[in-house]
Amino acid sequence: MESRRNPRAVVDPKVRQVGFFTSSQPDSSSTQQQPDPISSTSASSPPLSTISPSGNSLSPVMIPPPLHNSSDTFPLRAAAAGAAASAVSPSSFSYSSRRDFPDGSTTASPGRHSRGSFVKSSVPVASSLPGIGMDSMAAAKSSSVPASGLTTVSVVTMPPGLSEKASGMEVQSDQKKPLKEKTTKAERRAIQEAQRAAKAAAKADGGKVAPVNAASVASTSVKAAKPGKATSQKNDVAVAAGAAEKKGGPSEKDRKKDAPHPRMQYDDESRVVKAKRRAVVKQTEAKNRVELFRHLPQYEHGTQLPDLETKFFQLDPMHPAVYKVGLQYLSGDISGGNARCIAMLQAFQEVVKDYSTPPEKSLNRDMTAKISSYVSFLIECRPLSISMGNAIRFVKNRIAKLPITLSESEAKAALQSDIERFINDKIIGADTVIVKHAVTKIRDGDVLLTYGSPTAVEMVLLHAHELRKKFRVLVVDSRPKLEGQLLLRRLIKRGINCTYTHINAISYIMHEVTKVFLGASSVLSNGTVYSRVGTACVAMVANAFRVPVLVCCEAYKFHERVQLDSICSNELGDPNAISKVHGREDINYLDGLTNNANLQFLNLMYDATPSDYISMIITDYGMVPPTSVPVIVREYQKEHLLV
Amino acid sequence: MDFQVVILAGGFSSNLVPLVSKEVPKALLPVANRPVLSYVLDLLESNNLKDLIVVVEGEDAALKVGGWISSACVDRLHVEVAAVAENVGTAGALRAIAHHLTAKDILIVSGDIVSDIPPGAVAATHRRHDAAVTVMLCAQPVSGPSESGGSGGKDKTKKPACDDIIGLDSLKQFLLYIAKGAEIKKDTRVKKSILCAAGKMEIRSDLMDSHIYAFKRSVLQEVLDQKPAFRSLKEDVLPYLVRTQLRSEIFSDQNNVEENGNGNGKNNMQNNEVVLSQILSNASLPSFHQVYESGLDSRKTHKCCVYIADESKYFVRLNSIQAFMDVNRDVIGDANHLSGYSFSAHHNIVHPSAELGSKTTVGPHCMLGEGSQVGDKCSVKRSVIGRHCRIGSNVKIVNSVVMDHATIGDGCSIQGSVICSNAQLQERVTLRDCQVEAGYVVCAGSEHKGETFARK
Repeated sequence: MESRRNPRAVVDPKVRQVGFFTSSQPDSSSTQQQPDPISSTSASSPPLSTISPSGNSLSPVMIPPPLHNSSDTFPLRAAAAGAAASAVSPSSFSYSSRRDFPDGSTTASPGRHSRGSFVKSSVPVASSLPGIGMDSMAAAKSSSVPASGLTTVSVVTMPPGLSEKASGMEVQSDQKKPLKEKTTKAERRAIQEAQRAAKAAAKADGGKVAPVNAASVASTSVKAAKPGKATSQKNDVAVAAGAAEKKGGPSEKDRKKDAPHPRMQYDDESRVVKAKRRAVVKQTEAKNRVELFRHLPQYEHGTQLPDLETKFFQLDPMHPAVYKVGLQYLSGDISGGNARCIAMLQAFQEVVKDYSTPPEKSLNRDMTAKISSYVSFLIECRPLSISMGNAIRFVKNRIAKLPITLSESEAKAALQSDIERFINDKIIGADTVIVKHAVTKIRDGDVLLTYGSPTAVEMVLLHAHELRKKFRVLVVDSRPKLEGQLLLRRLIKRGINCTYTHINAISYIMHEVTKVFLGASSVLSNGTVYSRVGTACVAMVANAFRVPVLVCCEAYKFHERVQLDSICSNELGDPNAISKVHGREDINYLDGLTNNANLQFLNLMYDATPSDYISMIITDYGMVPPTSVPVIVREYQKEHLLV
Repeated sequence: MDFQVVILAGGFSSNLVPLVSKEVPKALLPVANRPVLSYVLDLLESNNLKDLIVVVEGEDAALKVGGWISSACVDRLHVEVAAVAENVGTAGALRAIAHHLTAKDILIVSGDIVSDIPPGAVAATHRRHDAAVTVMLCAQPVSGPSESGGSGGKDKTKKPACDDIIGLDSLKQFLLYIAKGAEIKKDTRVKKSILCAAGKMEIRSDLMDSHIYAFKRSVLQEVLDQKPAFRSLKEDVLPYLVRTQLRSEIFSDQNNVEENGNGNGKNNMQNNEVVLSQILSNASLPSFHQVYESGLDSRKTHKCCVYIADESKYFVRLNSIQAFMDVNRDVIGDANHLSGYSFSAHHNIVHPSAELGSKTTVGPHCMLGEGSQVGDKCSVKRSVIGRHCRIGSNVKIVNSVVMDHATIGDGCSIQGSVICSNAQLQERVTLRDCQVEAGYVVCAGSEHKGETFARK
């Protein structure tokens, strides 16, 4: 919010066009593009499907498309990116990602419903129970009790590869479809359906649809099988509607699907209802929300976890490792950018390990879809951090880039080692480099201030202590999470001299500080540091006291997005967390006011620190001023993806 | 999800005599005219758990149970039945089938549960905490007939003695202490180290161990192997795990992982893992296990978690005659969503093939099985009557269970009693709080209260 008040040199992205390439020769898929007469901008979306749970129509608050929507493989993006940054809705498209949806996937679903027609091969074999004495004695090793054999008395015959679907579940509608298109496609489809009505109205005047058709004739032929398939999966009403507009349908559909999604705007009620319908996690919207932040998702906390827990066995397609990570996100057992990212990547490693390609599908496509469905599950548990978005983009890119000639086991091994390498190089390796750099900035007699519990800074402090530097640490903390206490405990255990205070006292203690070390959730390409809420406050106070502010941030957390305030993109925490004081039951002045219409709780998770207040950003590429972030984003983004 | 489900269906439970017999093992006792095991199977099936192992004590019982399952669940569930020797206890039963257990975690469900608590919740909690064992706790059920009935006074006084005494940490996530109330005479011992580490312990007697456990397979098998004397899961294995949670002697494999977190790695590869696990463990609020572990090096811990079921959920274990009466009453009464039947407008179920005489009334919360005949001027209240029963005229049945093929003569009055299948009551018998064994004949005109009729 500071950045609003202060119209400083926060650069206009239109002018600088930071972090993007200028166009080289367009590749084959983008040649099909023609300017859309309606929106007049076009961006090519990546071949990989997007991971943000978002719609794609005009949004009241414009948010640039997230990084993962763009792809380095499509250099044409430059023009669109500039346009996107200048607050024009990117209702643009390409047809390159059609290969996500091989045909014939619907043929799997009818079989699933006709379970009754399966051969009943089970025989009442109760009479053939094994004698205890015979086989069991041999089997029991160390126990005194004879082991016993199992007798199958009832079997279910199922075609291989099709898993049983529980009935009456919320997710059932998703599960009817083949798994691979479970969510990303479902999302896009829901959006299409939402726009069908509008389209029908638009069709009445007719003039608009025709040019759109013309623009997308090329793609329609590519996807001849597509319309039938898409409509077959719709409910009856949609099918009826779909038949009527099949002519204009497919092209319109393609266009919508491929457009980069702006972030989902949660104040758009119709869209929220739709998102809720396909959600795995049952989410109840919080009642009293702050008007300014209504576009961010906020759910009743406390109901999601039990609900998800009860569905443990019903979410068949979910990999246990992913499920576990999701639960841990939801319950707050894992927090912090690096930890969340590592936990997710490790879960994906498990997924890859246990993966086997279904018949008649290719590994590249099916696995991408699978990862996408897992990602959308994780998003429902907690919104992704930017670093996780980058990591996901990396994983998907690696999957897409797998040579088709590799055998399945080779491909899996390659992917696993890729993910391993990402964790080791981009996260842990980066941290060691950061530590090496940052430690040179710590001198004897320094008083260092840190805020919250940043992992990189903690490593720096511990390493400096190992080098026997003499310094003192001020740990500044804030409610309700009080993460600083954990950091404090670990620092004290190592024998570092510490002072602990809350952020209220920041102006009082700042005069004795010689350097401020901060962590970051992400660094955006205009140098803005997106971090734990309160970081901006600390940085500004430090700036006012002329104390240098050093931000330790791994380069994989950099993002080409430009954000000027912390309103348009943020995360809302549990509103009740700030009304309660942990461990002090007697402080309950706000009890019973949670549902009062005149009171809204706001528990923001992140804030954006303008680059003016940052002296230096320490990354794995060295120590750079915040103005150099776009260079790193531009020069090394490709490298990030390719490792 | 890498879970295996084991149903411990028991055999001929001694405290359910005379309801169980050689013909009817405990698992097949009818609750609202369905075997009690079917409620467990339904619960698991509705949670998409279709690969089950049913462990039955005794071969005869296993034959019966297997026969019933194969007829009832064909093509719905994949069930394997294992017969174990009688009187080996629950731990012994698991030992006997241990070589069939391969999944990462094992969900152990007692076969005598009538409940609507989703077992997935236990499993999810178990996974989330990476626990060695997770126990489902639920509120103590209300025992005895709810309203007018007047029976079960003796059981009511007996019941509180069987309570579990359960110690929880302040967040109600971990199990710090568990004991059977009956075992505690005057004082009990609580591990000091656990108390110190957890800081605070909440002792509850209003919770009950529901006999639904999630075990880590490696832990379970190791305990069963190491301690051949353990007979019961609840009385031996579980307290042992809870007791030793801060100095675990098991977990050979997990130790390595956790060691990396504390020890200092030698080479670069290991170093990375150290940093990795540190980042992960620093990311979250440490449980008291981790705090304790880091305080004293080279101590290994494991977690014993609990899942506390919502109080609105229904849960009863069929482990006594009183519980049998309660379950039958509830399934056609308060918890009728469990029964799977659709109730008529009068809140009762009368099978279309049942024949009612003139002036006979069947009240709410009643069930009349197929082919049963009821004579004139009878009155049936809050009772379950099985299939093909023949009931004479002027009979009064209140708060009772009459199983299949029973014959009740004219003018009988039955209150709070269980009449097992094929039993015969001659004319003008008055029974109150009695149990009549299968095939027993009660002489005409006799009047009994609180008795058990069984052939010696």
